Amino acid sequence: MTTNNRPLSPHLQVYRLPLPALLSITHRASGVFLAIGTLALVYWVLAIASGAEEFQGVQERFGSITGRGLLFLWTGALFYHLCNGVRHLFWDIGSGFEITTVYRSGWTVMVVAVALTLLSWLAAYAMRGGGA
Amino acid sequence: MVEFTLPANSKITPGKHHPVTTGATNTRRFKVYRWDPDSGQTPRTDTYDLDMDRCGPMVLDALIKLKSEVDPALTFRRSCREGICGSCAMNIDGANTLACTKPIEDIKGVIKIYPLPHMAVVKDLVPDLTHFYAQYASIKPWLQAATPAPPDSERLQSKQERSRLDGLYECILCACCSTSCPSYWWNPDRYLGPAALLQAYRWIVDSRDEATGDRLDELEDPFRLYRCHTIMNCTMTCPKSLNPGKAIAEIKKLIFARR
Repeated sequence: MTTNNRPLSPHLQVYRLPLPALLSITHRASGVFLAIGTLALVYWVLAIASGAEEFQGVQERFGSITGRGLLFLWTGALFYHLCNGVRHLFWDIGSGFEITTVYRSGWTVMVVAVALTLLSWLAAYAMRGGGA
Repeated sequence: MVEFTLPANSKITPGKHHPVTTGATNTRRFKVYRWDPDSGQTPRTDTYDLDMDRCGPMVLDALIKLKSEVDPALTFRRSCREGICGSCAMNIDGANTLACTKPIEDIKGVIKIYPLPHMAVVKDLVPDLTHFYAQYASIKPWLQAATPAPPDSERLQSKQERSRLDGLYECILCACCSTSCPSYWWNPDRYLGPAALLQAYRWIVDSRDEATGDRLDELEDPFRLYRCHTIMNCTMTCPKSLNPGKAIAEIKKLIFARR
C-alpha cells in the first residue's frame, strides 16, 4: 500500500464556484481592502493635524485620478461589506437559507451596494458643486 | 492552511485519448481523472469518446460502460445506482454530485469527472474517506440517554418531534457537501465539515436524546463548528437536496441561546 504519496485531488482548479461562494469570497476580500482603507483614513487625519501645507498635498494625492479611483473602490467595498453583513445577520437568526432566497438576497446585496456607491458619489459631487 | 495550487505529486498532466471504434454518430467526450498508485507517475486526465446511442442516461452508466468495454483499469466506487448508497460521489462538471443520479444530457460540452475535491486519492476516482468517517464517529452518532427505555415499548415521539428530523436523517454520508466546502479544504483536520455537523444537529434535535448539552459543548470550538462562514457550497451541491448550511446555523443559534 502506498499511502503516503497519495496525490491531493484538484479543488479550486476544477470546482465551478456558484454565485453565493463568489459573493462570500468577495465579502472577505472587501473586508481586507477596507482594513487597508482604514490606514488611508488615518493618513488623511494625520495630515489634518500636520498643518495646512501638508494637508493640501495629501488632498491633491487623494484628488488625483488614482486617488479618486481608490476612494471609489473603497466606497464600493464599504457598501458591499455593509449590505452583505446585514445578509449575514439574517443568516445568524436562521433565516434565508433556501437556495432561491440565498440567490435573491445575493442579487439584492449587489444591486443595493452599487446603487448606494453611485448615489453617495453623486451626492458628494453635488455638495462640492462642480467637477474637480 | 489555504493553498491555491496543487502539490508537485498532484499536478495533472494530459493523458491518453480513447476514440470511438465503431461508426457512431451520436458521441460525447468524457475527460476523466486517473491516478495509478503503482505507476509512480503523477495524475493524468484521459479522454474517452462514447457512443451515446449505446449508453444509459446517467454519468455512472457511462463510467460502467467505459470500465467494461474500453478501459478495465478505470476505478471508481458504485453500488446501488439509484442515489441511496452515496458510493459514486464525485466531482462532475465542476460540482460534487452522485454519478448515478446525474443525467449526461444536463451537461454541456466535455463531461469532466474528478474525484471529490481536496482529498487524498487512493486510485482514479476513489478518495480516502477514513478521516471523513472518523469525524462522523466523533460526533457520537447514536442515541445517548441516561433514562432507561420503557420496559414494554420503544421511546416514543410525537409527530411534531419526529418531524424535526426530516431533512436531517436522509443524509447518506456521500461527502459531496464537506468536500465542496472551501473551509473544509483549508482546515480538514480541525473543522468537522457540513456532513458531520448536519448529523450532529440530527442528534441534538432528537427529542429522545439526553446528551444535548454535551453535544453542544463538543461543538463550541473556533474550528470544529465556527469555521463555517456560510459559503453555502454544501447546500448548493447536496444530491439529496438537504440543507447543511441551515443545520449549522441552527447549532450556532442553540449555542448562543444557552449562554
